[in-house]
Amino acid sequence: MRAMNVIVCVKQIPDPAQPGELDPSDNTLKRAGKLILDESDSYGVEMALQLVGTAGGGEVSLVSMAPDGETAGLRTALAMGAAKAVLVSDPALAGSDALTTAKVLAEASKRLGEVDLIIAGTESSDGYTGTVPEQMAELLGLPSVTFAKHIEVAGDALKVQRQTEAGYDEVTSSLPAVVSVTAGVVEPRYPSFKGIMAAKSKPVDTVTADDLGVDPVGWAGAGQEIVDVADAPEREAGEIIEDEGEAHLKIVEFLDKLKVI
Amino acid sequence: MASNIWVFAQGAEGSPTTATQELLTKASSLGESVTAFVAGDAAEFAAGLGEHGATKIYATGDLGGNLPGAAVASAMKAVIDGGDAPDIIMFPQNYEGRDVMARLSVKLDKTVLTNNTEIAVDGDQVKVTTPIFGGTKLVTTTFTGPGPYLVAFRPKSFPIEAAGGSAPEVVEAAVPDLGATGGATVEAVHVEEHSGPKLDEANVVVSGGRGLGEAAKYEMIESLAKALKGAPGASRAIVDAGWVPYSYQVGQTGKVVKPTVYIAAGISGATQHMVGMKGSKNIIAVNKDKEAPIFGVADLGVVGDVHKVLPKLIEALQAR
Repeated sequence: MRAMNVIVCVKQIPDPAQPGELDPSDNTLKRAGKLILDESDSYGVEMALQLVGTAGGGEVSLVSMAPDGETAGLRTALAMGAAKAVLVSDPALAGSDALTTAKVLAEASKRLGEVDLIIAGTESSDGYTGTVPEQMAELLGLPSVTFAKHIEVAGDALKVQRQTEAGYDEVTSSLPAVVSVTAGVVEPRYPSFKGIMAAKSKPVDTVTADDLGVDPVGWAGAGQEIVDVADAPEREAGEIIEDEGEAHLKIVEFLDKLKVI
Repeated sequence: MASNIWVFAQGAEGSPTTATQELLTKASSLGESVTAFVAGDAAEFAAGLGEHGATKIYATGDLGGNLPGAAVASAMKAVIDGGDAPDIIMFPQNYEGRDVMARLSVKLDKTVLTNNTEIAVDGDQVKVTTPIFGGTKLVTTTFTGPGPYLVAFRPKSFPIEAAGGSAPEVVEAAVPDLGATGGATVEAVHVEEHSGPKLDEANVVVSGGRGLGEAAKYEMIESLAKALKGAPGASRAIVDAGWVPYSYQVGQTGKVVKPTVYIAAGISGATQHMVGMKGSKNIIAVNKDKEAPIFGVADLGVVGDVHKVLPKLIEALQAR
């Protein structure tokens, strides 16, 4: 078995249980305040830990980009078992598009040395552009397999079950490679108390866009500008009834009126 | 301005996919020249592409097991470098569309705008609109700087029209040597069989969620869908939990459906789900929690237990 060094791209996002808000000054998503580990990235962290565990050597490292030197979400992933992290935090990055984000994460991953595999979620839960993993692969000159629902390493190759519209494909890839994983592929572990304590002293290398040599960034590099934000036309609220044993008849009547039965 | 538009085109069973037809229809209303850029062989459905507005076709030919992301983006880049540069490239918001678009954005060093439902060309400006926060707000964004502008659209954003053009000539756009980026190849394809109509084409869709309580109860959803000649669907929660395959998922990361009737059973109505079904003509929701957001979009909402309402409903329908 070869040792596996795996990088996981993780995003720290505002708590999705809270309603999202746009900053009225520039219409970017408000990301001030406490951030948490995007749940969809916890699957990637778990997958990476399992691959390293199976290989019997190597380690899991994290790369992340977040405002205000935020590390709360990173600490969660470190507590799960990742060894170290590179955090890119820079006010100049506000308003960056997916391509700039990919450039930043690709450069950040180079700081971690030789790597066998880079794992990311298929899309974040707050911005969901959904192109960053594939863009990183292109920037790093690597093959990529998106929407992986199962990954295993066989010798020098990666075997992936990749989700498709109709089912799934079995894909083989050379290493190193970039893989994006879907939610629900593995059961993310809960950090243990020992893990949480250990995470506090794990190294987080905090850098700026300038340190990485990525320029232009932020709105200047985004190639896009928001020109309008409007309320969508609302659906008119319909009839709400409480079931007292006969509600199914009401549904039948409704379906009948629409001539679908 | 938008004189030359490309559409990333896909075919299935001898005709352009629904998403391809939608994008071609929209493109031909915006641009003078509409090019279908096909991943694979186009001969089988060139006529269908012409019928929906394509005036030119580029096709990569057989990808030889390569995943389309790097392969098609490289072929596109080669054509652009060869002098035929589009103003706009439209992609479907699906696996292949997203991968090709992402690779190409790096090759061209251009931004991408995804998840859109509308596009307008206004003088020199190309504006696209995307719904956010579960479709409650519409954000309109314009591209700045020179194109090509890379933009992806959700399924069912545009109506389909067959304008009746003839089959355009197919020009080969060969895939250059991919180097290490071509290291991923498809070894085998698995299709999960669905009986009945396709989820995104069915007239009636019945979806189940966490409120069903356990995987075995999904059978009720299948029975109800069958009784209505519809397709069964699911919320992300029960797909993630492994109750049903991903191909059943309705929502932002699953299928977008716009049936005549959508029945949501035991689904609370998370933003992720609503994005995929809000466009349904009629929505029926059954949920125990009367505060569930799904009732905000339901034409008929039943506050009740799915385990009581659904069996009676299935029985009543079967008795008709």
